[in-house]
Amino acid sequence: MFRTCNRLLVGATVGLAALVSGCASMDGASVSRLDLVKQRGELLCGVSGKIPGFSFLSAEGVYTGLDVDICRAMAAAFVGDAKKVQYRPLTAPERFTALRSGEIDLLSRNTTWTLSRDSAGGNGLSFGPVVFHDGQGLLVPEAAGIRSLKDLSGKAICVGSGTTTEQNLNDTFAAEGIPYTPIKYQDLNQVVGGYLQGRCAAMTSDRSQLASARSGFADPEKHVILADRLSKEPLAPAVVGGDQTMADAMTWVVLALIEAEERGITQANVDAMVEQAEADASQTALRRFLGIDGGLGSKLGLPDDFVVQVIRATGNYGEIYDRHLGPATPVAIPRGANRLAEDGGLMIAPPFT
Amino acid sequence: MRRRSLLLQVGVAALLLALLALLVNNLAVNLLRTGLGLDFGWLGRPSGFALAESALPYSPSDSYLWALTIGWLNSLKVIAAGLVLATLLGVAAGAARSSSNRLLRSLAGGYVAVIRQVPLLLQLLFWYFVAFLGLPETPIGGLIQLSNQGISMLGMPLSVEFCAVLTGLTVFTGASIAEIVRGGVNAVPRGQWEAFRSLGLSEGLGLRRIVLPQALPAILPALTSQYLNLAKNSTLAIAVGYADLYAVSDTTITQTGRAIEGFLLLLISFLLLNLLISGGMAGINATVLGRMRRSR
Repeated sequence: MFRTCNRLLVGATVGLAALVSGCASMDGASVSRLDLVKQRGELLCGVSGKIPGFSFLSAEGVYTGLDVDICRAMAAAFVGDAKKVQYRPLTAPERFTALRSGEIDLLSRNTTWTLSRDSAGGNGLSFGPVVFHDGQGLLVPEAAGIRSLKDLSGKAICVGSGTTTEQNLNDTFAAEGIPYTPIKYQDLNQVVGGYLQGRCAAMTSDRSQLASARSGFADPEKHVILADRLSKEPLAPAVVGGDQTMADAMTWVVLALIEAEERGITQANVDAMVEQAEADASQTALRRFLGIDGGLGSKLGLPDDFVVQVIRATGNYGEIYDRHLGPATPVAIPRGANRLAEDGGLMIAPPFT
Repeated sequence: MRRRSLLLQVGVAALLLALLALLVNNLAVNLLRTGLGLDFGWLGRPSGFALAESALPYSPSDSYLWALTIGWLNSLKVIAAGLVLATLLGVAAGAARSSSNRLLRSLAGGYVAVIRQVPLLLQLLFWYFVAFLGLPETPIGGLIQLSNQGISMLGMPLSVEFCAVLTGLTVFTGASIAEIVRGGVNAVPRGQWEAFRSLGLSEGLGLRRIVLPQALPAILPALTSQYLNLAKNSTLAIAVGYADLYAVSDTTITQTGRAIEGFLLLLISFLLLNLLISGGMAGINATVLGRMRRSR
């Protein structure tokens, strides 16, 4: 009996040792994550998977949304195939650790660009350009007669925990001296449940998320988003800080989407545009952008025609927006601040020279 | 033979220690490599988030440490109440399963069968979203006030979130305790039942005075596991909006970005709590066994 026990014990210990040493990570020299992605031939992209319009796992098991298309654009530029993405659905508290520990290459998950997250002394990330200008809002039942923050005095507000949302809520209400009770849930689905069951007078989240949640209500027209904006939430993709090659590649892929919209280059006409530029040597700026001249891509460690690869795969920024958040979609968020700068919005790309 | 066995044990112990050292070293090296060195300085900074309920005064200008303490107290509150209620429910249902009353027996059997087949998270969501949030406003005799904003019992206000978590944990753990009690009671020789019946004791009195005390040594160790489970399961509270330690840690981790430190604190808090529970139970166990030995 004792001998059997001992044998089992030894077996278990040896097995455990093998497991642990197998998991012990290698100390690699500092190579850019971009090289790693190219070597692997696949991008590990962190998304939410639960926000319609941004990243949502459809019934067919396919991820779709604006955040997902950013992943796809990156994969098209990095490894030449937008389908070579492995998505990792992450909760808000998991996301930074997943990025820092190397579990994912790139985070494209409704993440607000803030000082603490960007800085070396904080989460130590590098953010790319803003892909969606959002702001926190409050959703209330229209019949409740709540028109401004003051009407919420002493009321319960449903909020998802583990995001800047909670802090913004407190900052705003504390500054205005309005008392309230936060009812905190782990994810948006439960926030919606609590709100619809009447536990709270209002629910708060980024306006994009409120709009996307409302699209699933039985009676969306009976709920209004208050005009008060509790925060500015510039949502941007991010990679680990201190890796300029990877950060630059991410940044200029997003900027290429915006530049392509400015130039009217779409998924449908990109090949015609390339032909036209190849035939016409006087189109210098367009030739540089499309990678015919100038070798801009190789400066980033990408193929020279990375812009063409990206636009072929996802279309330009405007096309991505319309596909997931446009008026024809169930989420339907007016483009507002996310229009091009030339149309009065905030989206602009620095020169591709 | 004995020496070999001893050598083997020393070897295994040494191997385990080496493993542990390797793990700790791995953690330290990897943390350094990714620039995630441990830092607890943020514990003193103001949390900046409000909490729906707190046993002691708390405001968003208090430190993260205090916020976590409040969360821990909220956890403690629901765990302590859950332990007492689940034990009462479990013993009652367990005793009912050995009862001679057929209705009582099948009711208890049905309860155990249904509750043990359904995941706890689903049950919590049911209690919260369906049962408690579906409550209409109903004053019961002025002493108890029910509504979907909270329940007031004898002037003591309880949040619906607290009630949902407490009910969920109690009902779920109660079913497991019922089975443990039934097993313990069945382990008492039938002769004991015949003996107290022949002495003219009633079923209830015989169960309380003769059978249950003898069943205790069989019940207690398994009961400890259920208590520990209840404590750990209380972290599911976040799903129904109760501000327990896990919920507060969750917010803290996102706001500070200190996931490793946050989870370490969470780990230590639960370890402490569970050591406390198993320590207490070990004490009770020793007392019961001691008393049994003396009475023999």
